[in-house]
Amino acid sequence: HSEFGAPGVASARSAAEEAAGPGEAEEDGAEHHHHHGGGFRVVQWEWNYVQTPYIIAIWLLVASVAKILFHFSQRFTTVVPESCMLILLGLVLGGIVLIANKKQLYQLDPALFFLFLLPTIVGDAGYFMPARLFFDNLGAILTYAVVGTLWNAFCTGFCLYAAKLLGIIGHHVQADLMDFLLFGALISAVDPVAVLAVFEEVHVNETLFIIVFGESLLNDAVTVVLYKVYISFVEVGGANVLTADYFKGVASFLIVSIGGTLVGLVFAVILGFVTRFTKKVRIIEPLFVFLLVYLAYLTAELFSLSAILSMTFCGIGANKYVEANISQKSRTTIKYTMKNLASIAETIIFIFLGISAVDKSKWAWDTGLVSCTLVFIFVFRAMGVVGQTWVLNRFRLVPLDKIDQVVMSYGGLRGAVAFALVVLLDGEQVKAKDYFVATTIVVVFFTVMFQGLTIKPLVKWLKVPRATNRKPTINEEIHERAFDHILTAVEDIAGLQGYHHWRDKWEQFDRNYLSKLLLRKSVYRKSELWEAYQKINIRDAISVIDQVGPSKKSIYLSIYISKKNFHLTLFATVLLVCSRRENGSGVCLDLQVIDNVPGSKVVEDMETHHVLAGNLYKPRKRSHYSRHFMPLGEKERQDREVFQRNMRIRMETYKSSRHKRHKKERTAPSSPPTEDSHLPWKGGVGLPPPCVSVEATKIIPVDLQQAWNQSISSLESVSSPPASTEPVHPRVSALSRLGGPRPASYTAPSTTVSSTTSIGAPAPQSSFCFPEKKKKKMQEEEEEEEEPGASQEMQPLMLPVRPPGLLPPPSPPLPPPGPGRRRNPCVYLRSLVAAPPPASGDLHSRRPTQL
Amino acid sequence: MGSSSSNLNTIPNSQELMQETGFSAAHLLRLYERFEFLDKDNKGHLRPEDFEAVQELSTNPIGDIIIGSFFSPGQETVDFPSFVRILAHFRPAEKNRTRDGAQPEPANSSTGKLKFAFQLYDRDRDGKISREELLQVLRAMLEMQVTEEQLESMAERAIQEADLDEDDAISFDEFKKSLEKVNIDHKMSIHFMK
Repeated sequence: HSEFGAPGVASARSAAEEAAGPGEAEEDGAEHHHHHGGGFRVVQWEWNYVQTPYIIAIWLLVASVAKILFHFSQRFTTVVPESCMLILLGLVLGGIVLIANKKQLYQLDPALFFLFLLPTIVGDAGYFMPARLFFDNLGAILTYAVVGTLWNAFCTGFCLYAAKLLGIIGHHVQADLMDFLLFGALISAVDPVAVLAVFEEVHVNETLFIIVFGESLLNDAVTVVLYKVYISFVEVGGANVLTADYFKGVASFLIVSIGGTLVGLVFAVILGFVTRFTKKVRIIEPLFVFLLVYLAYLTAELFSLSAILSMTFCGIGANKYVEANISQKSRTTIKYTMKNLASIAETIIFIFLGISAVDKSKWAWDTGLVSCTLVFIFVFRAMGVVGQTWVLNRFRLVPLDKIDQVVMSYGGLRGAVAFALVVLLDGEQVKAKDYFVATTIVVVFFTVMFQGLTIKPLVKWLKVPRATNRKPTINEEIHERAFDHILTAVEDIAGLQGYHHWRDKWEQFDRNYLSKLLLRKSVYRKSELWEAYQKINIRDAISVIDQVGPSKKSIYLSIYISKKNFHLTLFATVLLVCSRRENGSGVCLDLQVIDNVPGSKVVEDMETHHVLAGNLYKPRKRSHYSRHFMPLGEKERQDREVFQRNMRIRMETYKSSRHKRHKKERTAPSSPPTEDSHLPWKGGVGLPPPCVSVEATKIIPVDLQQAWNQSISSLESVSSPPASTEPVHPRVSALSRLGGPRPASYTAPSTTVSSTTSIGAPAPQSSFCFPEKKKKKMQEEEEEEEEPGASQEMQPLMLPVRPPGLLPPPSPPLPPPGPGRRRNPCVYLRSLVAAPPPASGDLHSRRPTQL
Repeated sequence: MGSSSSNLNTIPNSQELMQETGFSAAHLLRLYERFEFLDKDNKGHLRPEDFEAVQELSTNPIGDIIIGSFFSPGQETVDFPSFVRILAHFRPAEKNRTRDGAQPEPANSSTGKLKFAFQLYDRDRDGKISREELLQVLRAMLEMQVTEEQLESMAERAIQEADLDEDDAISFDEFKKSLEKVNIDHKMSIHFMK
């Protein structure tokens, strides 16, 4: 199996193995087509060559198409969980195969399930586990996972044995106490796959979900140990078990669980550390995440520790650092790839559960065993939950009430883990294996299908508080953080070393050591609250735009601005989203709206330049293709810069307009170069970085480039008809026409800038290439960047290192990542959008140098 | 329980305090021990310096503000009953306690908890969180991580979001409303161990 490193291949690989069965059967058929006689054959039937991947692909296709079909009817899918449908589909497919072949060819192979299918689901679950919620409820989760599972296992095992002695279970089930305890151990663990599949559609409140789901993940250690211990007991025979073996079992549990957790945490640290250095190779960032999380699983498996624990803790531990280190594109990639793989794996698991059930060789039915098992697991689950909750509620701040307990009892779903474990049993040692397999299938089907189907109405009927899909507001973000500090302080004052005390201690440790080790320098000082604030802003901006129809946007925006006192950051974001979504004219309208706000003609004019210049990253040739360096990376950088420039300008205009309002300084400028004192960007010199965070730029994949292209073409058609005589693409023509005004307005400001601009001068298109030197320099500076609040991505914006004295006027802080490239369109656009007032003639000439 | 009840007698008005705050005798004793521990020179009351002596508080970004909340305006000291009354805000709320209208809202109800949080922000106790007051807390919480500009925009946004009557400040009702979706019982309670 080792040739497949990534979990990504897991599902495919597993299907490959499933397919291995039919492969052999069909080989005979394939032989007939291969008459390797002499002579050249124009068309050859190469079934043997492609069969394995072919069958895998067909399987995946069938499963995916089935998903599409399920979701055709909205009403249907809200009632019937997908997992039920997949199992039913599996049953049908299994029936077809059985009829066609007289023998079931496919089944869920335990090795592939544990090595490939399960880790994709657990990896996804662990990596995206809400860490705070998880650790807030860790006590309850651990109790249910350890005590609850042990209770279920022992009670089910003993009671089944009692039922056997009482004769309820038939004599043909050849099993003694150890066999039943073994069966109890494997059937009692709540299954993460089933819980995820069912609870994801039920939307119970998050506390309830995290307790049930956390339990299903963490009980793995208990299941693994119990399973292994009983297997060894069964092998030596129940009578030969020594007392020391029980202690060994306990020790083994500690080693398996703690060892698994430690392996996971070690891999989490490695993963965080590695992603610190992926700046130059963004494209393989997701790969590192997949590989290391998967390796955490495999390593734990290698030492027969709890692999699920290892992977879960690796994901939980690394998430914070990895997400901070990697680029937004990588985050999106990881998210979608993980969800995609988990979804595929889940589909395969349920389909194959269905298929495996249709197998005559497996059906060793004993009504007593099946019904007893069903009753026992349900009863003991409920008893265990009630008992443990009673104890836990004495320690919980918010007790779990009766309704929660009902849902928790009912949500104890069994699934593929139990099935894989029971299939793994050795029929020689465990005589009743076939009965156990059949019973497990029934239990799994019953819990997934019956309970899965009825849990939704139950939750509705009991009025269980549902999860609100609501995102926290900024007030909640602020106050909840304050609450954390308050509670910590109160615990310290009252001398209690409680949960908040230790959480605070951990956070300090994290801040002082871990973050320094695992986070890039440029990100580790960023404030979480600020990040949250940025996210909220962007979400709001998007919703503002979504709510208003495209035609009303400008009007709405202006109302919005005046009402909200020109709330800057949000507004800039709105603008950004507008420019992304709107067509070109929309952008321009929006710009006009803003420009009217500051009021002053000159400021307005300058403003326009900045905005336009900001939006005006030059189009590039997109012919470049490389597998190793995504050209998109550059685009991302451009978008980012454009956005940051926008934000900065907004900020500074805001500042300057506030300046005007409050201090009336505009009328009496204090600094010598008069016209500079109220320039929008002037206020920013020497001031701390503006409020642009990486988050802000990263959340939206801004397509300013496209917006710009559209705006150019639309503007052109409106205001400059002669352009139509010029060739081909609007943007090319727009730019080529810029050749005219440029030399007049252009004065080479410095040697560094002129070197790049001179390339751009003769042919506009050749200036599209990014100035490599600058870029490299910037990156180096980013690495060294430690300025608080300034993120790596903002760096180009605030680049403080500017050769002093090179520029005659106090240079604006806008850095020149591509100085020559923005010059022309700016001039061009100004002439289109805002005709320059005569007074700004000198600005006109200096404009390019400042950019 | 024998030894603890004899100790309980050393606490003045212990029965009334237990009645008022809902703390058990064991809790009260424990808190009294803590109070005496903080009260280094047995003055019978605590001063801000006594709180500042707590090592862990020095690393709490809003530690000063929280210490300040233990003292009613104009007062330099806090005695044991007041100390306990303030801590009572953080007791987990009990669900089964029937509240009759005559009784005042207990300190550990979610309104009581919110009131305590509110007056942390409302330093001048005018019943409103002004922009400046919010900024002070934000500044303390975020320390050096963000710029003043960023703080201002955040405070601005927070006030706009919560401010329903458009007086550019957050009143208690607005504060409560902005947090109505938050499980205050959960987020503002700690365990007072036996």
